[in-house]
Amino acid sequence: MLAVVQFPGSNDDRDLQFAMKTALRVEAQLVWHKQPRLPAGTTGVALPGGFSYGDYLRCGAMAQYSPIMSDVKRFAEAGGPVLGICNGFQVLCETGLLPGALVRNHHLHFVCEFVHVRVEHQVSPFTSRAEEGQVLRLPIKHGEGAYAAEADQLKSLEENDQILLRYCEPGGRPTQAANPNGSLQGIAGIRNRRGNVFGMMPHPEHSVEQGIGGLDGTVLLGSLGDALAGGRS
Amino acid sequence: MSSATALDEPAVDLELARQHGLTDEEYSDILTILGRTPTFSELGIFSVMWAEHCSYKSSKVHLERLPSDGEHVLHGPGENAGVVSIGDGLAVVFKIESHNHPSFIEPRQGAATGVGGILRDVFTMGARPIASMDSLRFGPLEDPRHQYLLRGVVEGVGGYGNSVGVATVGGETSFHECYRGNILVNAFNLGLVEEDKIFLAKAAGVGNPVIYAGSKTGRDGIHGASLLASSEFDEESESKRPTVQVGDPFTEKCLIEACLELMSTDCVVGIQDMGAAGLTCSSFEMASNAGTGIDLDLDRVPQREVGMTPYELLLSESQERMLMVARTGREDQVREIFERWDLDVQVVGTVTDTGRMRVSFGGQTVVDIPVDPVARSSPRLERPAAPAADLGERQKLDLASVSPEEDPQAALFALLDTPGLGSKEWVYRQYDQLVQGGTVIAPGGDAALVRVKTEDWAPTSKGIALAVDCNPRWCWLDPYLGAVAAVAEAARNVACTGARPLALTNCLNFGNPEKPEIMWEFAEATRGIREAAMKLGTPVVSGNVSFYNETSGRSIYPTPTIGMVGLLDPWDRHAVSHFSAAGLDIVLLGETREELGGSEWLALRRGLEVGNPPQVDLAAELRLHALLEEGVRSGLIASAHDISDGGIAVAAAECCMSGPRVMGAVLELSETSRPDALLFSESTGRVITTSSRAAELCARAQAHGVPAKRVGRTGGSRLRLGPGGSEPWIDVEVEELYAVWSRAIPRRLEDL
Repeated sequence: MLAVVQFPGSNDDRDLQFAMKTALRVEAQLVWHKQPRLPAGTTGVALPGGFSYGDYLRCGAMAQYSPIMSDVKRFAEAGGPVLGICNGFQVLCETGLLPGALVRNHHLHFVCEFVHVRVEHQVSPFTSRAEEGQVLRLPIKHGEGAYAAEADQLKSLEENDQILLRYCEPGGRPTQAANPNGSLQGIAGIRNRRGNVFGMMPHPEHSVEQGIGGLDGTVLLGSLGDALAGGRS
Repeated sequence: MSSATALDEPAVDLELARQHGLTDEEYSDILTILGRTPTFSELGIFSVMWAEHCSYKSSKVHLERLPSDGEHVLHGPGENAGVVSIGDGLAVVFKIESHNHPSFIEPRQGAATGVGGILRDVFTMGARPIASMDSLRFGPLEDPRHQYLLRGVVEGVGGYGNSVGVATVGGETSFHECYRGNILVNAFNLGLVEEDKIFLAKAAGVGNPVIYAGSKTGRDGIHGASLLASSEFDEESESKRPTVQVGDPFTEKCLIEACLELMSTDCVVGIQDMGAAGLTCSSFEMASNAGTGIDLDLDRVPQREVGMTPYELLLSESQERMLMVARTGREDQVREIFERWDLDVQVVGTVTDTGRMRVSFGGQTVVDIPVDPVARSSPRLERPAAPAADLGERQKLDLASVSPEEDPQAALFALLDTPGLGSKEWVYRQYDQLVQGGTVIAPGGDAALVRVKTEDWAPTSKGIALAVDCNPRWCWLDPYLGAVAAVAEAARNVACTGARPLALTNCLNFGNPEKPEIMWEFAEATRGIREAAMKLGTPVVSGNVSFYNETSGRSIYPTPTIGMVGLLDPWDRHAVSHFSAAGLDIVLLGETREELGGSEWLALRRGLEVGNPPQVDLAAELRLHALLEEGVRSGLIASAHDISDGGIAVAAAECCMSGPRVMGAVLELSETSRPDALLFSESTGRVITTSSRAAELCARAQAHGVPAKRVGRTGGSRLRLGPGGSEPWIDVEVEELYAVWSRAIPRRLEDL
């Protein structure tokens, strides 16, 4: 069962639950952030998009102090799969489960549009359904989505195959023009060294139905579903 | 009452009443109602409740003539928002409302709180807000002040809507000299509710507790509705910035979730948001609707700052606050829900059978007035109305004396380069268009289309189509015809998706109603809305009036913004507005007449804003809608795009440019009149469609009595427009048009 954490100000929590349950037939449950523990039977955790605590401080900075987060950290440290989408990615960075930070888009505007991302590595609980190098069309919607990190962190991310998604042209070429927010190295999603914690700015949960955002999101969420069914925890 | 002296409040007299915006006559009515001199707090209450913004005193007599009934209508005007059934026990709740003056003074917070206010109107009724739109009008974008206003308003709309988790799916943005001193920000929201779970603003059940929830009350927004919204602007208006409220979308989001959770229990009898005039207006309305009274204890109201006076507490327009009446004994359950969302919640009063509003503060009674005379018997004016002296001048146009367009292709480029006709992507990409996962057609089409999910997130086959429209120039030339055209166009936009228009909401933006020519514009526009709404079967279920849109005596053009809502079931049989594939036949529906009066072409290329707006044939319009509905459902129509500002030339270019990829097309028009009229006439009731079965579509059109003609084909990379068989008038790479059209707004802002 995927535990979808509901912070005050989370917006895409129910969409993610819907995507997992309705589109992918994977059990998903909303978990209130004030709960001290993840529910029994949790095999994966997702931190959804939105504006936790209004993002009045740095994005995601408050949510790391929610009661549930200590158990999420324990779950991650035990090797359980943890996915952070958009605000969830920001929370993972603030919590220290992922390196780096998401900062203001270089053009200073909130941006909502469909972009293309390239799957850089296929061996992962989050991308197993993808082909290596596969291009996915997914929406982004954020004001603070520019990935930033120290030079040595970036080097280490590259060396350890931690960059899972990169913004690219529809044909797959990562170019400056295809980078919608000024992320370093065109980074759209990264995992931790161990590979069980993954954060991404695009929203796969808004791309799980033909006619409403397309189906490319099912590649990533379906991969996670497979991992949960495989009983990794 | 002894309170006035004990509280050290100003003594009330006629002079103070005048300063509160009350007329001598109104003050004398107050003395009659009370049988004594009002307290300072009471004077404040009367002044906001009887201000134009809350009382609709100038507009009532006209609004009452609008059709508000229909087979789908569950609740019409008079509630927080209109409610229309969409079948299977589901209903949509929607309304549009203005936040013009605050947005002009403080664009970001003004627009943000406009969005917040309309959301509360919708979820107050038990509905989950699922889609927003906005209608924005600015002065010329060359003016740095209007660049600042556009940036601020868009940030405000986005900042609030994105954070609160409601998709902004459509809207309109236009620019005109007449808004230089007074911009318009009209915010629309639509929510979804189960028909048997609709909540009304009723303080029923004597002895029931009155509960306050949400943000604490501060000193912001006092007299926002009465002093800001109910008078003209002048050079001093900047000093009114403190009357603009500050929005907190995070609290609103928590409030939405808490209220919807609460309303799924049976704890609540009635609920109302604290909008204009705050605690005062909401409690009066709730008591008045139920024929009860309320005892209110101001000491228990959650307060943001110390030392607030009863006057301030009653008139504060602090945002994100709700007032509700719960069943006795259920207070703890209510408290528990709000506290879980970390929101303030407090019992602040009791429902009584006195028919009076009694307010105490520090153990003293500071207000004691009968509810009905304030809420219901507010002034009702039949203001004098007469057309402007120069109206005949405006409408004069001898087309023969207007030199024909020398370079149609240059004219098309020039039109697409105006910020009004240029792409609005700069605006809508700053809005979350996707949250809640229902957006089928995002901004950029004729209408937005949203797939409906139930409150437990179960998908349904139903889609809701939405559009907002108004052509202010037409309304200025002929407010009756302009309003008819606005309703017709909004309905046509909705019909272009394949949906059936159901009902409408309106936001009537006008100048100072004390001037006969403004009142005449208002009367004519409402007459036009009435006519069109009746003929098209789309009742007016909610709305808002915004008067005093003037600065230093200069009024805006009359701008009756229409928000239209339609139903498409199943949602996945819909048409898009752009050319979606190559090799499709282009079929033109409707008739092009030589109607250049009030057109974009005439204004831009000849500098003239004159003439009669195009005629509207409502019966033909209805036939067109029926054809669109049938054609889209049966798959005969692949795309449909309404022809409006800039005529066929601009509409065809939009069809080529507004899809995910640009697409070329050839259109051949029969030379029935001067070429510039064929290209740029804005005759109503026309739609550019594409079809893979053009002959069949034309046959169905004939059966419906809709003029239809195959005029061309999609494909290639160029747009060619001209008479058949000879040199085209326009022959250009679509990419070149796109380069100009897509940059029209950002290049003026020197922005990405």
